[in-house]
Amino acid sequence: MQIELTINDKAVKWEVANDEFLADTLRSHGFLSVKKACDTSCCGLCTVWMDGKSMLSCSVLSLRAHGKKITTIEGLPKEAEEFAQILSAEGAEQCGFCSPGFIMSVLAMKNELVNPTEEEIIHYLTGNLCRCTGYMGQLRAIKIYLGVA
Amino acid sequence: MFTILDLVQPDNLAEAYQILSDKRNNTILGGCAFLKMGKKRINTGVDLTKLKLNYIQETDGFIEIGAMTSLRDIETHPLLTEHYNGVLPQSLRDIIGVQFRNGVTVGASVYSKYGFSDLITALLSLDTEVELFKAGRMPLADFLSKPKEKDLLVRLWIKKTKRQASYLSFRNSASDYAVLNVAVSMLNNRWTIAVGARPSKAAIAISASALLSLEGATSETIEEAAKRTSEELSFGTNTRGTATYRKALCRALVKRGIMEVLACKSN
Amino acid sequence: MENVGQSIRKIDGMAIAMGKPVYTEDLAMPNALVVKILRSPHAFAKITSIDISKAESLEGVECILTFKDVPNARFTLAGQSYPEPSPYDRLILDQIVRYVGDEVAIIAAVDEKTALLAMKRIKVEYEVMEPVLDFEQAVGHPSVVHPEEDLSCNFEIGLQKENNITSSSHEEVGDVDEEFKRCAVVVEDVYYPQAQAHTMMETYRAFTYLDHAGRLIAVSSTQVPFHIKRQLARALQIPASKIRVIKPRIGGGFGGKQTGAGDVFAGLVTLKTGKPAMIIYDRKETFSATTSRHAMRLKVKLGADQEGFIRAIDMQVLSDTGAYGEHAPTVLGCVGHYTLPLYNKTRAVRFDGKAVYTNKMPAGAFRGYGATQGTFALESTVNMLAEQLKMDPTEIRLKNISKVGETFLTGPGVMLGSSSLDRCIAKGKELIGWEEKFPRREVGYNKVRAVGMAITMQGSGIANIGTASAEIRLNDDGNFTLLTGATDMGTGCDTILSQMAAEILEVPMEKIIVHAGDTDTSPYDPGSYASSTTYVAGGAVVKAAEELKNKILAQSAAILGVAPQDVEFDGLAVRTLSGDQEISFAKLAELTILGTGKLQLVGYATQGCEVSPPPYIAGFAEVEVDRETGKVDLIDYVAVIDCGTVINPNLARIQAEGGIAQGIGMALYEQVRYDEIGKMATNSFMQYKIPSRKDVGKVRIAFEESYEPTGPFGAKSIGEVVANTPPPAISHAIYNAVGVRENHLPITPEKVFLGMQKL
Ligand SMILES: Cc1cc2nc3c(=O)[nH]c(=O)nc-3n(C[C@H](O)[C@H](O)[C@H](O)COP(=O)(O)OP(=O)(O)OC[C@H]3O[C@@H](n4cnc5c(N)ncnc54)[C@H](O)[C@@H]3O)c2cc1C
Ligand code: FES
Ligand code: FES
Repeated sequence: MQIELTINDKAVKWEVANDEFLADTLRSHGFLSVKKACDTSCCGLCTVWMDGKSMLSCSVLSLRAHGKKITTIEGLPKEAEEFAQILSAEGAEQCGFCSPGFIMSVLAMKNELVNPTEEEIIHYLTGNLCRCTGYMGQLRAIKIYLGVA
Repeated sequence: MFTILDLVQPDNLAEAYQILSDKRNNTILGGCAFLKMGKKRINTGVDLTKLKLNYIQETDGFIEIGAMTSLRDIETHPLLTEHYNGVLPQSLRDIIGVQFRNGVTVGASVYSKYGFSDLITALLSLDTEVELFKAGRMPLADFLSKPKEKDLLVRLWIKKTKRQASYLSFRNSASDYAVLNVAVSMLNNRWTIAVGARPSKAAIAISASALLSLEGATSETIEEAAKRTSEELSFGTNTRGTATYRKALCRALVKRGIMEVLACKSN
Repeated sequence: MENVGQSIRKIDGMAIAMGKPVYTEDLAMPNALVVKILRSPHAFAKITSIDISKAESLEGVECILTFKDVPNARFTLAGQSYPEPSPYDRLILDQIVRYVGDEVAIIAAVDEKTALLAMKRIKVEYEVMEPVLDFEQAVGHPSVVHPEEDLSCNFEIGLQKENNITSSSHEEVGDVDEEFKRCAVVVEDVYYPQAQAHTMMETYRAFTYLDHAGRLIAVSSTQVPFHIKRQLARALQIPASKIRVIKPRIGGGFGGKQTGAGDVFAGLVTLKTGKPAMIIYDRKETFSATTSRHAMRLKVKLGADQEGFIRAIDMQVLSDTGAYGEHAPTVLGCVGHYTLPLYNKTRAVRFDGKAVYTNKMPAGAFRGYGATQGTFALESTVNMLAEQLKMDPTEIRLKNISKVGETFLTGPGVMLGSSSLDRCIAKGKELIGWEEKFPRREVGYNKVRAVGMAITMQGSGIANIGTASAEIRLNDDGNFTLLTGATDMGTGCDTILSQMAAEILEVPMEKIIVHAGDTDTSPYDPGSYASSTTYVAGGAVVKAAEELKNKILAQSAAILGVAPQDVEFDGLAVRTLSGDQEISFAKLAELTILGTGKLQLVGYATQGCEVSPPPYIAGFAEVEVDRETGKVDLIDYVAVIDCGTVINPNLARIQAEGGIAQGIGMALYEQVRYDEIGKMATNSFMQYKIPSRKDVGKVRIAFEESYEPTGPFGAKSIGEVVANTPPPAISHAIYNAVGVRENHLPITPEKVFLGMQKL
């Protein structure tokens, strides 16, 4: 079926299959920042925003994006880069495969939580797995980013 | 890979139910996180998006939750953070992650009667009713004990009270399914102890709850109620834990749950 | 130093963090065929018939290949230097399937849906055989996992296939039994470190195509491009000159990608069809049809004299290599090689080990490479010994560890060139608060906190085998291109090697362009494994840069008409010592590439390693245990590291934190499990739990630098050693908390609970 949506502030009409998931649709349209690392909605690498809320694009049917505003990291060059610079200065983008989804979650968190504690930060981001860094460097970067270091 | 041949977005419940019952393979689509893991070949996928079932509101002394409401909405909605000591949000916090809970739905979570469910255990400790399109409205406990029939879960009704409640789950690692979970609540000195992930679906420990209600919570009755819960309910073994271990955990968690309720009562 | 020792950002950091299309799948051609694998549902069976007609006739199916269609040369997927020590025991597709998940047929179609539909239509009949599932029953089992005649080995590795023994290893110095008799205290125990999954976030994947010259190009997410090239040549029976392997950015490896995965399947499809083909393992295949860490049984016996000197060590190992022998002999050997030299007051040492075939997923290389399992067993036993001797566990280490300039029994003649392990132990004690916290403190309602510790070592490169080459040239524009074969997999070696080159050439990092991971253009490098990149490839880069530097000086001097000793580097130029003349690199470059009789300036070097200097870690864990439930919370983990000179502190720290998190996973959460018919039960992130950020607690890293005389700038390795201390240190802390010594990893709450019940 055909869906109409806004992707990174641009209105588009896309043809999608009934059982197609948003992550695949996005990748097929060139939004290659969207990574997948599981088949069971567990890893968070595919995180994008739907109407400003973080969602697992691997588990959202593409047709549910109809009428919605979808945002990937390609749509947030400035905000994402600001944090990515800090992340990279920490060396906490190791293989980088988890980074785009992680950054989308961090930016969503910044919009949603006011002055989060360390515990709240960790809790908010539990759905983003990373096998390389052991998470500590990511936490250091977030604290610098939020100015709570 | 799961497949959906046809897809409909009905405008009313009757139509949705009609299509659902037309064929064995016709299926309601919730957030699809669980469906996606299976290999189901769905004939017609019934998408409830147009039915406006995504809401939480207060109606006639009840908190009403539409079936398409996300778990995250339950977790953050003031009506639910401010009632029952936030037992529902508390029960949801360990399920995978925020972006996961933004996507999965309460209707699917309750309708599916998952044994591991955190939400069902918490709901069971409250005065929760389930409204199904065909079978109508009934207490959650009745719904759980009913054999599974194809129906459409429309909404939940939770009686708005000053019930104090607490929720505890035991997990081998933070975002795993629970090895055991426990919800304890109390209203006017009437206690309810619910235990889930046994690993079969949640149940109320009737005798232990009655004991506390009758005799009040003292250090002896608390010990006794915890022990009785672990004896009156059955436990099984799966890869996450043995029956023996679950029984021991049950006793420890129920005791802690009761103490937590007492602690919030005195606050 | 301007570059070395600085926390310089990774040169690819922003691109990967921002999700730029730089990984294998991002680069694949959109029209590539989708390759899928039909896998065996049986642990051990012979294919008696296979009917592909209904699948082949499906619209969009390009080819379906079975064991009848593949070359019959056996090979190994182990990414090791030729001649590989791993047995040549597999075919691309074999008539016998040896584990649930073993490949039965290759399907290539225009899209995934078609490929999966075709897969369903393939009809296979099997003659099911009795599988070998318990590795402790493998030797002498009536079933023989590898009965084939044409299995071969490049070396005598002690293979006895009729007994399911893949390899054997025995090393003995002194009379161990006699020495135990003389010891005042002897302790022994048996340990079972589990199979662990790598779970790199980017699963295994490759795409292949034929280029303009008809050569097979494989773009592969691998740690070992040159080994993949050799594997493809042997497996596909085509000349190596016809193959080029390119490694783009990789989403993690941890040793997993030191073993080949889908490359041979995609390659075969491209050769058969002439078309581009892409294979992506899904998470389930990655869990159940690649490799894991070797599960092992280790018996360790230690003897010490009255004063606490360890005089005898006996280690007996049984290693489960699964259905194929990738890395079986070498991982087995490393169990001893990377543990026994920790302690050198010994008078006798014995190591005896066997790796056995079973009908389960093969084991392979995994960060730590046997040292992880060996460290768990040895260090747990040392902790037992300390208790028996009533010595502080840190004291017994300080008393027994090998020191600089000393040798150890099993490595005759090789002197230890650097170590700050004693300082690591002291620093770790201080950071964790050992004096106040050891062994335990009650912390309220049913909760107790305790500390535990362990030390570890690894190697840096493989002595007498590891090599790396590097080339640096002065480009026409006055910039430099560094060519290396080292394989950056997120570890940052492209950056670290540039840092080293920049340091020697006294230029800013931006002046150096790195090109790596392409077998057509990169100098030979075995790949990123065996903790060799910084140490070996770094050594090659330093040598090559020095050679180029000398050439630049000589050439500049000639142009300026002075003697070479009268010029020096100055910024992006060479000038005379007197300061009156100078020539910029750009000008020099221009003059060396223009006109006749010129020679572009290039530095080239190959670095071999005669030794494999060990990095060290002292690891300390603080846990809180719930006495009622057995739940263990990791409160604090301190690792103090000696990796020689730290080339890039931030990247080293992240390596360490990540490795420790993997070690924590191994200690507490992770386990590859099979059901009773040999099917993997842990094939998703829901059933196989890697630590989330809530599970790792607090990890703190400190460095105690030493100076390794054979290393570039005094550096040793860090990549693998970091995985080793958590299992023994956490296990020790749990024992100190509640008296439960759990030797079967992972230490789950239920095991702790049951352990407490038995006390
Ligand atoms: C990896 C993973 C981990 C999880 N961990 C936990 C956990 O730890 N604790 C926990 O409590 N839960 C857990 N869950 C369950 C999760 O919280 C949801 O309950 C589950 O995913 C179902 O929600 P959904 O919206 O994805 O449903 P779907 O996958 O869309 O549907 C599930 C089933 O419900 C049916 N259905 C959907 N809506 C309705 C309706 N309104 N009426 C009738 N039938 C309906 C569907 O037809 C389908 O059969 C986990 C799920 C996954 C995938
Ligand atoms: S790909 Fe793993 S959660 Fe979406
Ligand atoms: S950086 Fe590699 S998975 Fe996070």
